[in-house]
Amino acid sequence: MSEKQGAWPASPPAGGAPPPGEPPAGQAPSFGQALITAILDGNPVVVTILAIIAAVVLGGLLIAFSDPVVLHLWSTFFSNPGAAISAAWDAAAAAYSALIEGSILNPHTVAAAFHGGSVGAIFYPLSQTCSDATPLILTGLSVALAFRAGLFNIGAAGQWVGGAIVATYLGFGVSLPPVIHVIVCLIGGFIGGAVIGWLVGELKARTGAHEVIVTIMLNYIMYNLLSFLLGSPAALQQPGQANLISPNVAADARLPHVGGPPPQVDAGFLVALAAAAGVWWLLSRSTVGFQFRTVGANPNAARGAGMRVERSWALVMLIAGGLAGLAGAAVIQGPLQNLTFNSYGTYGFDGITVALLGRARPLGVALAALLFGALHAGGTAMEAATQVPTDIVQVLQGLIVLFVAAPPLIRALFRLRTAGTAGLEAVPKGWNA
Amino acid sequence: MKLELAGITKRFGSLVANDHIDLTVEPGEIRALLGENGAGKSTLMNILYGLTQPDEGEIRVDGKPISIRSPKDAIAAKIGMVHQHFMLVPVFTVAENVTLGQEPTRRFGLLDRRRARSEVRDLSQQFGLDVDPDAVVEELPVGIQQRVEIIKALMREASVLILDEPTAVLTPSESEDLFRIMRDLRADGRSIVFISHKLKEVQAIADRITVIRQGKVVGERGPECTDAELAALMVGRNVQLRVSKDEASPGDVRLAVRDLIVPGDTGRSAVEGISFEVRAGEILGVAGVQGNGQTELCEALMGLRPSSGTVILGDHDISAETPHARLQAGIGYIPEDRQEDGLVGEFPVADNLILDVYDQPPFARGIALDLDQIRATATARVPEFDIRTASIAARVASLSGGNQQKVILAREIGRELRVLLASQPTRGLDVGSIEFVHRRIVEQRDRGLAVILVSSELDEIYALADRIAVMYEGKITGFRPPTVSIEELGLLMTGGSTDTDDGDAAAGPVAQAGPLDAVGGTTGAEVPGSPVAEAGDTGQPGQEEPS
Repeated sequence: MSEKQGAWPASPPAGGAPPPGEPPAGQAPSFGQALITAILDGNPVVVTILAIIAAVVLGGLLIAFSDPVVLHLWSTFFSNPGAAISAAWDAAAAAYSALIEGSILNPHTVAAAFHGGSVGAIFYPLSQTCSDATPLILTGLSVALAFRAGLFNIGAAGQWVGGAIVATYLGFGVSLPPVIHVIVCLIGGFIGGAVIGWLVGELKARTGAHEVIVTIMLNYIMYNLLSFLLGSPAALQQPGQANLISPNVAADARLPHVGGPPPQVDAGFLVALAAAAGVWWLLSRSTVGFQFRTVGANPNAARGAGMRVERSWALVMLIAGGLAGLAGAAVIQGPLQNLTFNSYGTYGFDGITVALLGRARPLGVALAALLFGALHAGGTAMEAATQVPTDIVQVLQGLIVLFVAAPPLIRALFRLRTAGTAGLEAVPKGWNA
Repeated sequence: MKLELAGITKRFGSLVANDHIDLTVEPGEIRALLGENGAGKSTLMNILYGLTQPDEGEIRVDGKPISIRSPKDAIAAKIGMVHQHFMLVPVFTVAENVTLGQEPTRRFGLLDRRRARSEVRDLSQQFGLDVDPDAVVEELPVGIQQRVEIIKALMREASVLILDEPTAVLTPSESEDLFRIMRDLRADGRSIVFISHKLKEVQAIADRITVIRQGKVVGERGPECTDAELAALMVGRNVQLRVSKDEASPGDVRLAVRDLIVPGDTGRSAVEGISFEVRAGEILGVAGVQGNGQTELCEALMGLRPSSGTVILGDHDISAETPHARLQAGIGYIPEDRQEDGLVGEFPVADNLILDVYDQPPFARGIALDLDQIRATATARVPEFDIRTASIAARVASLSGGNQQKVILAREIGRELRVLLASQPTRGLDVGSIEFVHRRIVEQRDRGLAVILVSSELDEIYALADRIAVMYEGKITGFRPPTVSIEELGLLMTGGSTDTDDGDAAAGPVAQAGPLDAVGGTTGAEVPGSPVAEAGDTGQPGQEEPS
């Protein structure tokens, strides 16, 4: 099971944080009671965590039963049930431990460090997770911010491209002093995305065009604009290349690593965290955010209170687009170095998932992005170590969102288990099954 | 059929919603259940209809105890219910809706549409419901939709009909029609349980009135009981039904409106060139039947709806200003639909208290919100305006209607105002809250504000206005002093004509008289006549019982 569950909210203060599924002895009734209340009241944190657990369990079954060895053993289940079950368990456990080793901590590197190995290697999986989480935090914030103002931003992908184009161009086409170059590219990325986002908001404000349609269509426009620009030597194409690829950004435009040799993070990650803090401040501590939230919650009341609903739409889409553009800049100036026709990957759409999972709150978005970053980072390691295809990570993501999006399903699922057993104390056992 | 409830008790956690309630409904009786919002009326009726189960107590029909576990049992026991929110399929026809769930069929299970239609037509005729079985429900006005619900209950042979706050969604004239139908049903030997918190309606229609307060039956009275006594029973203390106020001493003109034309939603003008002025220290009451352009007038005054003409505040032309600028210039706005236009339900009380001043000092410094200041203001306002809330952080949607209105009132009155525009400020509120709101409005007038009060409740107009303007079809048909007779107001409200057909098929002369006062018509149905004659009848309770 993923380490994310370490942040268990309902754990009793005494006795530390027990791993989920293991009811703390003696305190079981109150723990169960608290849990039931939390589930019935639909505490979003609990529902989210249960959704992750459910997805991990289902994903584990999927891993186990896609393994030919396990399948073979199950065909002879009745002659040797123990072997079948333990093989299934082993397959899932191996895959998940490879996933954790690739995303959080690999015990081998710790052991190696004691025997003169590299200390820095211990932190490699974590920094990989942070690096993978960086663009997801930003696109997640983009979707979440628009969502709080009542808009569904499907266009983080297109805005990502807008930001990436500007950041790439500034990265290789302009020469500036070192630190300034990085900052100028980041700002350029923000502006590139902001323009695309603002266009959506402005169209909605002026003509009432629905932002979902406009953003989806702008995504296609941006994808094709990107291909066009990458195909024109006068624009972004790398000289002497026939492929759709840009030159690498200048070394002084690249995001530095921060924190010296062993534990280090990409500066992009810090930018993303700062953006999350900024969005948090904007939403909960500023008049602009108050206006956004009012417009999102009840546009009629916002109008009655003298707020300019249409201006809010344009402004929130501008900022949301900027955040997605910043994600583009962070990827180009970070791990990718150059722009190709499909660099945009699934950052934009993963942003929607991350925002949903994070319940459109900046802290939630950051945590959800870290979870997905860990899944990405660990997925690659898992494939290398156990032949479980990295696609299973996509399945896990999908399952998590499915369960989060259907809290009644999660509730029904876990209450169903309760119904079969005796009383309140039995509840925690329910999920270990 | 005689229906008895004996010792019904229902608890929700520590809250006792119904505390040993006894109630007997005789056949052929209209029994009113009067109580403030949250007194437990609806819980009791939900128990009777099988939607919730009582913790204690017994329901008896003709002396025999029965158990009602679901609405199905209730229907079998010949109990019908018309909910406040209708349970109709909007895209189905009337006949389809009323037969839903017990469709008459021919051989091979084919729907017998003809029978369904003729049954609807028969019932409609018998009780003068005037419902076309082939009309699609979503195209019908609310009043007719309610009749469809009644037909639905009648088709299931209900002999006890529960009407849950049936007039809350009706215009005065529709209420008037409903009362006539209720009387016809009574004449047919059916009994009706009429749930309401409106004193006048209850006095007008009920044979017996049972008053409930905090889950207990606190008294049973006849319809002759005075409003003051009923109100006192209902609220638990003496209530001033008519706020006391001194003579107005109007000052300078605060707000002048010239030739205001406001387009409506359908493209036709909703307000067709009206002019008026309001002076400091006076309340201008804008009377009129709902839907004669009052909503559009208010929205235009706030800049929420484009309009032509001039609006001058003090000596400043604000015709072209944004809503924000108008609010800043000192117009306070209490919108007609508080939940939709005045509050953000999921925001805490504290945030709703600053909804239109959130960007002004002291709540904002630059673009930063001063949360301490917001909290401090809320902490001060909540007791000042007697807002009953668990905390300032509670969602405003969790408050009762009266307390929600107090939040809006606190917000608007709480800042520096020059004009207060209050649209239907007490709609749906219970007597206690009405008293509170009225007192505050008069207080503002005495402080020198110019107040525009838009209301379709004539009682409210009479209680508050220093000058009355009557709106009819987008025009002001006249200005009158508050001493004007209700007959004269009635004439102005219906365009000064007694026999114009306004195109509403359901509205005959009786309907036109209705707007005079929803509460009137104690004798209206029996004596169909000109609106003027009825106005005479209806005028009595409205006018002569200020406490």
